[in-house]
Amino acid sequence: MAGLPFPFVAIVAQDELKLALTVCAVDPAIGGVLAFGDRGTGKSTAVRALASLLPEMRVVDGCRFGCDPSARGTWCSECLARLPAKTAPKSHLVPVPVVDLPLGATEDRVVGALDIERALSRGEKAFEPGLLARANRGFLYVDEVNLLEDHLVDLLIDVAASGENVVERDGLSIRHPARFVLVGSGNPEEGELRPQLLDRFGLAVEVRTPADVATRVEVVKRRDAFERAPQAFMQSWQPAQDAARKRIVAARKKIDSVAVPDAVLERAAGLCLALGTDGLRGELTLVRAARALAAYEGTKQVGDAHMKRLASPALRHRLRRNPLDDSDASVRVARVVAEQFGP
Amino acid sequence: MNDEPAHSALTLFAVAPQALGGVVLRSGAGPQRDQWLAALKALLPESTPWRRMPAHITDEALLGGLDLTATLAAGRPIARAGLLAQAAGGVVLAAMAERISPALASRLASALDDGAAGGSAMALVALDEGLEDEAAPEALCDRVAFIVQPDSSQPSGDAAAVERARAAWRTVVVDDAWVAALAAAADQLGILSIRSVCHAVTVARIAAALDGRTSATQDDATLAARLVLAPRALRLPPAAPPEEPPAESPNSPPNDPANHKPNEQPADDSPPSDAQPDPPPDDNDHPDQQRSVQRLDEQVTEAAVAAIPPGLLAQLVANGSDHGRRSDAGRAGQAARSLQRGRPIGSQRGEPRGGARLALIDTLRAAAPWQAVRRKALPAAAPAATSNATAERMRLLVSRDDLRVQRRVQQRATTTIFAIDASGSAAMHRLAEAKGAVELLLADCYARRDRVAVIGFRGAGAQVLLAPTRSLVRAKRQLAGLPGGGGTPLASAIDAVNAMATAVRRAGATPLVVMLTDGSANIARGGIPGRPQAASDALSAAKAFGATNTRALLIDTSPRPSPLAQQLAQAMRAQCLALPHAEAGALSAAVRQAQTHTHTHTHTQQTPHHA
Repeated sequence: MAGLPFPFVAIVAQDELKLALTVCAVDPAIGGVLAFGDRGTGKSTAVRALASLLPEMRVVDGCRFGCDPSARGTWCSECLARLPAKTAPKSHLVPVPVVDLPLGATEDRVVGALDIERALSRGEKAFEPGLLARANRGFLYVDEVNLLEDHLVDLLIDVAASGENVVERDGLSIRHPARFVLVGSGNPEEGELRPQLLDRFGLAVEVRTPADVATRVEVVKRRDAFERAPQAFMQSWQPAQDAARKRIVAARKKIDSVAVPDAVLERAAGLCLALGTDGLRGELTLVRAARALAAYEGTKQVGDAHMKRLASPALRHRLRRNPLDDSDASVRVARVVAEQFGP
Repeated sequence: MNDEPAHSALTLFAVAPQALGGVVLRSGAGPQRDQWLAALKALLPESTPWRRMPAHITDEALLGGLDLTATLAAGRPIARAGLLAQAAGGVVLAAMAERISPALASRLASALDDGAAGGSAMALVALDEGLEDEAAPEALCDRVAFIVQPDSSQPSGDAAAVERARAAWRTVVVDDAWVAALAAAADQLGILSIRSVCHAVTVARIAAALDGRTSATQDDATLAARLVLAPRALRLPPAAPPEEPPAESPNSPPNDPANHKPNEQPADDSPPSDAQPDPPPDDNDHPDQQRSVQRLDEQVTEAAVAAIPPGLLAQLVANGSDHGRRSDAGRAGQAARSLQRGRPIGSQRGEPRGGARLALIDTLRAAAPWQAVRRKALPAAAPAATSNATAERMRLLVSRDDLRVQRRVQQRATTTIFAIDASGSAAMHRLAEAKGAVELLLADCYARRDRVAVIGFRGAGAQVLLAPTRSLVRAKRQLAGLPGGGGTPLASAIDAVNAMATAVRRAGATPLVVMLTDGSANIARGGIPGRPQAASDALSAAKAFGATNTRALLIDTSPRPSPLAQQLAQAMRAQCLALPHAEAGALSAAVRQAQTHTHTHTHTQQTPHHA
């Protein structure tokens, strides 16, 4: 039924978006990506393409929430109840989920609800997992996130912060892990995003239509080739996809050993002070993302170059903002980066 | 062959509905639209699914789910396929597309995306009956190739040619030069979406296939530009260099689309012959072809410009050719509001009292799973499984736990309408200060996530500068760009404000009007100068406004508090506030006060409902 996703490595331009998604794939704790830009600029394509790039993950056999066999601390109530504490549970590999959260989704579908089918056929009171359960350990994608209804926004804000979905409804009492990388996209001209939700996104990127015609032509040609013969197109990009996937796997292994010199931390703090960002989240995200990038690039320690590339995505949405000031946040960040790091 | 866009679109679309995403048919219900649809149906293979979708379709009907009626009757779960699944590989006919909610639009958009990526999804025919200020959601318009208006001619197509093209179009070669020309034309017309360029390339390919050719020519590219790019143009190309010679394209008189018959032209006498020798698309650049590519752009762009509907053209000119956006980009939010009114947004457990309404279906749904269990739990007097036909068996057992009440939109959004007097007298006094005051008010709107609209008035009449939107940045931009000078058409301004306030109310939001003027009208209705007539017109307009009981705030911008403004405010039933002789500090204090005052006002207005 479903069509093939466009190969991630075949996406033309959109460097910042690709960078942001890649570092989040290396370290999901960065906290997601918000892509703002005009329609038809390939935001959703890039996000959906990400699925094809991600290495498979190991999940506990028979778990509906995709629990990680190696991290008992994060298990759902069902796994904790049915599996012995000592022995490692049986597990299998599955693709990392990239789940779409549609705008008009009901709370039932997002959170999960009573499984009517089982209740009807067997008279059992069972929980039917929702989108949050499916997205556990994967990506949750909200297109037009700025148009999402408030009650769903509240729900997302809560779950994204706690990493756990607590269901108390229909006589059910369930809690299960819901750690996901939140990816949102939208067009800011159609509505602003609640600041609280904005803050849940680790990185924010601005997606623009490529300015030069040559790049646009390349985008169209690849898209056209893909739509006419998806299989052949996928095949021709397979080697590059595999290489990128290997790099992500390698980066995940290396990330803990990447050194973060004190000088880098000071840089981050200096940047955030100069920009007047709220709270410490900006610095944390920036350092985390820079470390993921260093791991992805195979360097042993985080350097200024990594910080420079990620300063804008990590900080631009955290500036204390005068709502009427339409001076570009990216420009402000770039200016401060230039001041702090030198040209 | 008929050369109208709707007619060309019909045949092209019939060849590859899924690849083109769909068609937005802008027209009211009527024989022309019906004929177009009938002709399309005739051109599609006989077994193609064809499903009509109402604008207010529920998720369950769209995506499938439990069929409650059948389930209750059968006593076992019966699933029902959703409309999207039923229409896979076929056509979904979206009725009243201008009323489609953003939520539904996003569902359809993701289904369309899936189809573009090779899935077995559907194509969309959106029947858009919107008047000038309504249209199908952008998310859908962007994903379909065609936006056309059916015309009076009898639409028909050559079914055999369509069939042949259906088999052949995927292998048609579109030279890089044409792709580049279409991309450049889109760029020139201010079209940001790359999807549109992709659609244009596909259209060129299909057009060639319909004509029995294996590679696309200039005619195909210009046709694609006319059909796909022209209706989306947001600006006119920057003034073209004078050397574009009409002699270059003898077979395509660019200014007369009616004479332009792409499908009848022989393929080979068109200019791209110099671009032809390099047929298969590859990743190299063609620096040597740069010049000819430039020429091709111009031709393709010209064709598109020639096809831009005259009304749109006038609008583009009025907006200035470098103006990149239509002023109605905030529409999505508005549609969201207007559709939410009267439409429950879900249900929650609770009892129907205190004004809450019972959500019957949801209550039944909640009760359904427990029927078997409850029947067993009933006292022996009610035998559980004697016969299907007994009344006892049929009775639905509902308990208090099952009751669900409807949840409605929790708060009515406020739309603040700013009406700003930019006439000569106001400009002389303090237009800049008035703008400053509005900016402060805007900041407050941001805090409350209100939507805002801007109406400016000067000279002959009032003008809607910004339709209701959440984008405050755009409001500010409109404000900053508002020039001063000219007479004070106060009556037209109040009429315009009244009309917008009514529209806002109809869309389910609460209007709040902030009017900045010195109250000295000197242009009567209809743009006729003359102080006495203007003043009486203004007063009658103000009274009409006052009768609607809309919350309003009048900020008097004259040098000293004027009786004119007072009088006007009284007639409008508005609060009047003099813009004091002061700098920013005092001004801001006045605005704050006005805000709190309006808030208390709101509050008192609402209390009776709570009591």
